[in-house]
Amino acid sequence: MSMNTQAFEPRIVAFCCHYCAYASADLAGSMRIQYPPNVLIIRTPCTGRLETEYFMKAFENGADGVLVAGCMEGGCHFIEGNLCARKRVNYIRDMLEEVGLEKERLRMVNVSAAMARPLADIIFDMVETVRKLGPSPIKSQGTLQQECLS
Amino acid sequence: MIVAQRKNIPDLLSIVEKHKTVLVLGCGTCVTVCLSGGQREVSIIASALRMAARLNDLPLTIDELTIERQCDNVFLEQASDAIKKVDAVLSLGCGAGVQALAERFADKPVYAGLDTAFIGILEERGIWTEKCAACGSCVLHLYGGICPVTRCAKHMLNGPCSGSREDRCEVDPDRPCAWQLIYKRLKDIGQLDRLKEIRSPKNWKPSLSGGLRTIVREDHRV
Repeated sequence: MSMNTQAFEPRIVAFCCHYCAYASADLAGSMRIQYPPNVLIIRTPCTGRLETEYFMKAFENGADGVLVAGCMEGGCHFIEGNLCARKRVNYIRDMLEEVGLEKERLRMVNVSAAMARPLADIIFDMVETVRKLGPSPIKSQGTLQQECLS
Repeated sequence: MIVAQRKNIPDLLSIVEKHKTVLVLGCGTCVTVCLSGGQREVSIIASALRMAARLNDLPLTIDELTIERQCDNVFLEQASDAIKKVDAVLSLGCGAGVQALAERFADKPVYAGLDTAFIGILEERGIWTEKCAACGSCVLHLYGGICPVTRCAKHMLNGPCSGSREDRCEVDPDRPCAWQLIYKRLKDIGQLDRLKEIRSPKNWKPSLSGGLRTIVREDHRV
């Protein structure tokens, strides 16, 4: 599939913790802070709730990138859920390399509920990173991801 | 339990790449507990293989299934319909599971997706250690429940070698000297006198060096 890089808009699944990143995205909305519409935000009770297979399924279903946004280290509502999530993200980053996909497509970040602007910046940065990497070579037509974001 | 770890994805892909449809078959027993071949790992490895196949332009369809136990014919029946539909099976069971599958489904290629490592226990979260070498004639009763055959690098049966430093093994300083553990344990349970007896060299015939082992219980045979 030939694709004009100019026309490529990355599709990024963002798993956002209810207690920080999701609230932060909400705050960004209240503050009228713009962030790229390339992200599909999925609220999760804690990033520690995310199983490793969720990241794999997101990529398998055509996500160009996956962002995992949890609380600041030491600030997890469930004590250490975000620390567990970071380890799982690292495990899957290694596995993506084994598969042949760039590990930069999966990223974990830590934000607090008040960090609307930094979250917007993180999303900008992630979108640009993935834009440079190009469309996911895994992508196939008619995937759940595309239907969700269309 | 039997402890195993997964092969890497490029190796797995090269094992199954010549087939069109492959079933990744998990096992719900030991390898589920050691996080290498249960339902979750089946899901992750199947996803990884699908993606790797797509990246390599291989027309590979991957099915997923996990059964309760792969080393038992009764449980293998649960997988027979799924196995009939595919060209090959990639088993995420231990070596026993893979061979049980291969014997039961004689016309189907069955491959091992895991490297079976040892019989061990979960030492702490995410760490498994070997505890039993399945030597065929257990001596644990003589050594306070700590196995010198498995846990001493030199399989010493009559006290430590002279290489240990403090309480560390000279082969691997990260590992405690098994004989230090044995001495402490026997002291704690008041059985230090056991160490005064000289043990004759171990008979390795009941171990794997005697060839394939079989156990027969006539009272259970029909």
